[in-house]
Amino acid sequence: MADYSAIIKEKKDKSVLMDWLTTVDHKKLGVMYLIAGTLFFLKAGLMAVFMRIQLMFPESNFLDGQTYNEFITMHGTIMLFLAATPLLFAFMNYIIPLQIGARDVAFPFVNALGFWIFFFGGLLLSVSWFFGGAPDAGWTAYVPLSAGDYGHLGMDFYVIGLQISGIGTLISAINFIVTIVNMRAPGMTMMRMPLFCWTSLVTSLLIVFAFTPLAAGLALLMLDRLFGAQFFSPDSGGNAVLWQHIFWIFGHPEVYILVLPAFGIISEVIPAFSRKRLFGYTAMVFATLIIAFLGFMVWVHHMFTVGIGPVTNSVFAIATMAIGIPTGIKIFNWLFTMWGGKLTFNTAMLCASSFVPTFVLGGVTGVMLSMVPVDYLYHDTYFVVAHFHYIIVGGIVLGLLAGLYYWYPKMFGHHLNEKLGMLMFWMFYIGFHMTFFVQHILGLIGMPRRVYTYLEGQGMDTMNLISSIGAFLMSAGIIVLVINIVYSALKSERVVVSDPWDARTLEWSTPTPIPEYNFAQVPQVRSLDPLFYEKIHGDGKMKPAEPLSDIHMPNGSILPFIIGIGMFVWGFGMIMLNMENAIITPYAVIIPGFLLTFGSMLVRSIKEDHGYHITVEELKKLEKEVS
Amino acid sequence: MADHVDMTKGLPSNPEKATLEGRNKFLGFWIFLSGETIMFATFFGAFLGLREGTAGGPTAEELFQLPLVFIMTMLLLTSSLTSVLAMYAMKRNNFKAMMIWMSTTVLLGLAFLGLEIYEFVEYVHHGLGYTTSAFGSSFYTLVGLHGAHVVFGLAWISTLLIRYAKSGITLTNAPKFYVASLYWHFIDVVWVFIFTVVYLMGIGGA
Repeated sequence: MADYSAIIKEKKDKSVLMDWLTTVDHKKLGVMYLIAGTLFFLKAGLMAVFMRIQLMFPESNFLDGQTYNEFITMHGTIMLFLAATPLLFAFMNYIIPLQIGARDVAFPFVNALGFWIFFFGGLLLSVSWFFGGAPDAGWTAYVPLSAGDYGHLGMDFYVIGLQISGIGTLISAINFIVTIVNMRAPGMTMMRMPLFCWTSLVTSLLIVFAFTPLAAGLALLMLDRLFGAQFFSPDSGGNAVLWQHIFWIFGHPEVYILVLPAFGIISEVIPAFSRKRLFGYTAMVFATLIIAFLGFMVWVHHMFTVGIGPVTNSVFAIATMAIGIPTGIKIFNWLFTMWGGKLTFNTAMLCASSFVPTFVLGGVTGVMLSMVPVDYLYHDTYFVVAHFHYIIVGGIVLGLLAGLYYWYPKMFGHHLNEKLGMLMFWMFYIGFHMTFFVQHILGLIGMPRRVYTYLEGQGMDTMNLISSIGAFLMSAGIIVLVINIVYSALKSERVVVSDPWDARTLEWSTPTPIPEYNFAQVPQVRSLDPLFYEKIHGDGKMKPAEPLSDIHMPNGSILPFIIGIGMFVWGFGMIMLNMENAIITPYAVIIPGFLLTFGSMLVRSIKEDHGYHITVEELKKLEKEVS
Repeated sequence: MADHVDMTKGLPSNPEKATLEGRNKFLGFWIFLSGETIMFATFFGAFLGLREGTAGGPTAEELFQLPLVFIMTMLLLTSSLTSVLAMYAMKRNNFKAMMIWMSTTVLLGLAFLGLEIYEFVEYVHHGLGYTTSAFGSSFYTLVGLHGAHVVFGLAWISTLLIRYAKSGITLTNAPKFYVASLYWHFIDVVWVFIFTVVYLMGIGGA
């Protein structure tokens, strides 16, 4: 255990790059998730713009069918696995330890490992463009379209890339659960936890129970493609519907995995800018748990038209409709939180409050889709596309934007520009409704999804044009956001106070910028909304729960990065098994990747790394600098 | 959150859960195992759905031999028992007994693995290849995945045995041994289900 000043000196000697590659600090990893997620988001968004250009006019030749298929697949896959998930993880990583009064997550090393495995898995999926084209069987990868006979090499990148990035997501989720259960500050009981921590906990549990069936399903598909297994070929006794079941046992909870943290963000932002405590906190917690439970009971509603039978379909239809009840509880609680509050409509609050009606629209079409007989009409039309984009863009993306504007001052030490923020919000919001509202009607008049063009004179021309213009407006909104980030970084005033919004939860009791150890003394929590409680009943500062003492900190490590590379190499080697005329034998790639991965794990296991301590004297010095 | 464990009276009675780090590992590993359970459940589901799909190839009744599987089961169950004894030795701070019982676990695991390889080779000779039928694919995948877990568990426990051969029980390595033994139990529990679902139901024709 080296002393702190030696560590500080070593840190200064490290280049900025090495510092970020080896970091195990949850705040830095949160920022890394944010950057990686944003890059993937922009990439998948650009694909959507290309698809809308193709669909702007009937019988357009901007993209050919094959490229269009690759775009729909990559757009969906990237948005769900590599954009929405990491963006939510960014906030979870950054905010959870602060909100529960912890100095870091339970397993800092595993946290870094989760990030790098996710990142390299995503990278592996993305390099498919350079090896004969991206996956093209849709993000659901139904067999036999995705199996050996039809799906080309891109599908190998899909199955292996997603398996790798899924491992990263899974271990991060385990880390969040242990953090929330074991690392809470004294007095922070479960029912005093901010709702964002609650929804993150439930989401992490969903990841543990939903990503593992996906891993199994992807493994089956991989074995089918690479080693000629017969799971999905009816000729040899296999079953094609098996894939659909496994996929949707994962796929439906995935929706809740993404939307619950967004619910959590909304439940933080709305009370902060209504200047009221969250209405019906307990009901919100239980609604979250019920949604999570029911989320596993409804997967067959994606398969109503497969022909499983009327009884099964009815059971799943009723379970699906039942989800409307806890969701409705949440909607009303947000409205009642705002009711009679002292409302401030800045960008964060605009995004959060406009989330409510948009999400209701998505929910209503969801209940419509849950009715089996009419689902036969909606199935595979643009009605479905409109429905889930209202949930995902109108729910998750608006939640993410609200969280970004709300937590930005804490994360980066300055506000985002409000004028540009307002401009972004209105462009995005109007563009969003223009894009997707008409798609409901397009679906109802019979436009099938995932088809790269349509014929003239079928009443679809105008609405598709409107939809495309809306998509451009939406992307322009996102460009304004990017400009805002750059502009604010250069011009915005630095935030020096710890609590710029006059908010309610613990993260706002830490100084800005946050020291590496978060809390010099772990705070004593006395109520829900602990900071607000101290403002009313105390002196506005958190009372410490412990005397000032040495703080134990984990050491940084390059191993997570190396394990990520190892998995990338190993995965790429596996894909090479299916490549025609690969330059070298695949095993020359698989074995080094395998050794790199497990060798690094072995090093980690053998080398005991106890971290270091920040002594009281040094802590006092650091605290003086901050205040 | 600094943990100050009172060591004046020697090692505490539950060394694996004495530190926050140990408690974190303990909880985290249980959650990991619950995820693994779901993953195995998916493979079991696939096997149950596909086990009739023999496509004219060998069937379960023709292949499976109860005596061999019985020996394998006994070996693995015993290895689970020895890992329990190792954990008891750890709690009594008897380092030497812990190492001996853990090494016994590894040896029994190796014997199990050897029989499993022999079994697979035997089935291939009888005409059940990996690509023969959906039954073959799902059988080898399910049981092979379990076998892969055995290999990983053996490598893991052996690493611990070599790494801490002379260190005695400490607050750092106690949680490591403890979660490794949890993992070994998990492997054993999965095997009990494989024995029932794959072999007994296969032979009994249920």
